[in-house]
Amino acid sequence: MLRYIFRRLIAVPLLLLGVATVAFFLSQTTRGDPLSAVVPERQMNNPEIVAAAKERWGLDKTLAERYVIYVSNLARGDLGTSFTTRRPVSADLAERLPATFELVLAAMTFATVVGVGLGVLSARYQNGPIDHFSRIFALLGSSLPVFWSGLILLYLLTVQLGWFPGPGRLSAHTPPPPPITGLYTLDSLLTGNIPVFLESLHRLMLPAIVLGWSVVGVITRLVRSSLLEVLGQDYIRTARAKGALEGRVMIHHALRNALIPTLTIIGFAFAYLITGAVLTEAVFSWPGIGSYAVSAARALDYPAIIGVTLLGSLAFLLANLATDIAYGLVNPKVKLQ
Amino acid sequence: MNTVTIEARKDGRTKPGVIRRVLSLLAGLPPSVLFGGAIVLFWLVTALTVQFWPLHDPLALAGRRLQPPSADHWLGTDALGRDVLSRTLHGAIYSMPIATIVVLAGVVIGAALGAIAGYVGGKVDAAIMRLVDITVAFPPILLAMTITATLGPGIVNAAIAMIIVWWPIYARLMRAQVLEVKEREHVEAAIAGGAGHIRILGIHILPLCWAPILINATMDFGQVVLLAASLSFVGLGATPPTPEWGSMIYDGASRFYSWWIAFGPGMAILTLVLGFSFLGDGLRDYFDPKSQ
Repeated sequence: MLRYIFRRLIAVPLLLLGVATVAFFLSQTTRGDPLSAVVPERQMNNPEIVAAAKERWGLDKTLAERYVIYVSNLARGDLGTSFTTRRPVSADLAERLPATFELVLAAMTFATVVGVGLGVLSARYQNGPIDHFSRIFALLGSSLPVFWSGLILLYLLTVQLGWFPGPGRLSAHTPPPPPITGLYTLDSLLTGNIPVFLESLHRLMLPAIVLGWSVVGVITRLVRSSLLEVLGQDYIRTARAKGALEGRVMIHHALRNALIPTLTIIGFAFAYLITGAVLTEAVFSWPGIGSYAVSAARALDYPAIIGVTLLGSLAFLLANLATDIAYGLVNPKVKLQ
Repeated sequence: MNTVTIEARKDGRTKPGVIRRVLSLLAGLPPSVLFGGAIVLFWLVTALTVQFWPLHDPLALAGRRLQPPSADHWLGTDALGRDVLSRTLHGAIYSMPIATIVVLAGVVIGAALGAIAGYVGGKVDAAIMRLVDITVAFPPILLAMTITATLGPGIVNAAIAMIIVWWPIYARLMRAQVLEVKEREHVEAAIAGGAGHIRILGIHILPLCWAPILINATMDFGQVVLLAASLSFVGLGATPPTPEWGSMIYDGASRFYSWWIAFGPGMAILTLVLGFSFLGDGLRDYFDPKSQ
């Protein structure tokens, strides 16, 4: 077990190096001239300014030199300087990470609660109305583009019905809570600031629902099918024969075993949520990594785009690793090698 | 016309027989295949013929700006006074070919590399599979965004980026299939019979490997449509004034009081994704009853 974890952990930096290499050479083959991103149009004819900019951004060195510099900088956590914000990309990312983390966490919570709930109900009442409803709900979630369902729900629930506040983490008049973890909901709770807690929670809900909805389907489907499989087994019949209450059989006997395969889906769901977060944040003006990536893409800000991509890949790899290890720990039948 | 009916009467099995056979074949298919197939067929026909439909010009001013849906503009008009219904239907001209090209190229590249990896094994296998590992270590949309931004925004570059994101899925599937089929007895018999590598791979192994790849490819069509729209939404795919669904939704995102701008293209994406996933689901049940 430990050897397996060790081997998988060693693979992470190697894969990241591969990812960084791919990202680097991609950024070097660019057709758009990165100079034009840092030098204003009318200064392009001024050789002094162009040369200074080349030196400042390392554009005068050879490809191999730049690759070595890039990788050694990466190893020190330096992702370069953003063309648009003129700040270190790592600082930009660190500042925006909590917002994305809070959104993904809330979305995951929503997806897990609703997904497992609907999965249990649709296995219990197989082919009943709840089963059909959950199938349609799940299918819609995985087929809707989040950037569209977000817009439509914003219009319906915010503009028309006024149930939810507008986009953003907090309104412009509300000062954010003192940063402890960076999660507004948690920080305001820790400092006992209930009004800010309620507002940030209220603003978090709609984007989290939109984002979480996209992975409810896979969770529901898996919980339902593994629960149906478990419910057909002898020990369930024994439990019922002993006179155990249906709810107890469901939760205590069946669900425990049925949840094991659900663990595997978490890595997959996480991958999906990263993808979705990029687009959800863009719709809800959520000041996280996703909206940073979108504005970087629009401005062709390569250091920023590549920084986001590397961070996303790291998160992705670690989530998969954690899922595999958790799966091996929970299910003794799985032998990790 | 007359001769046809007479012929049909003379031999009752020819003309009506064909129709009946087609109908009974259709009736034998699962309903999800029929439903999904109908939606996909609708969008396919739209993509091929929409130029000839009596619609407003998708690129020109067709009425007053930002009009809600009316009898003349069923889905309203956008900020430049263009007809949203017409633009939505014209969007199929871009989405259908992009999805087809990306899935086909992904299948061809992935299946070829996967088959080589599985059949040859050893260092070739290791090299190809490490490439797969690195590619799938990226979150799909971020890799696609990086590649498209690098190559320069545009539909063609977005399609290239999506092919690079997509092929590893099929490489993995194909490799697993080839590894399994390679060990079967009929392959052993072919080797004993002195067949060459190309003959063994082409005639004895590959024909048995396609089913799961084709089923997956069908379901992936919808995901490719979604990813293509996402890239356009973040400004890296189609550029204005192209009536592409993702960039139309982006137009609507900045004025969400005029909900109808984004409504049509969103419904188009939704129906197409649903159609492909129904079709793929049904095909899987039909060809591989075990998976139920």
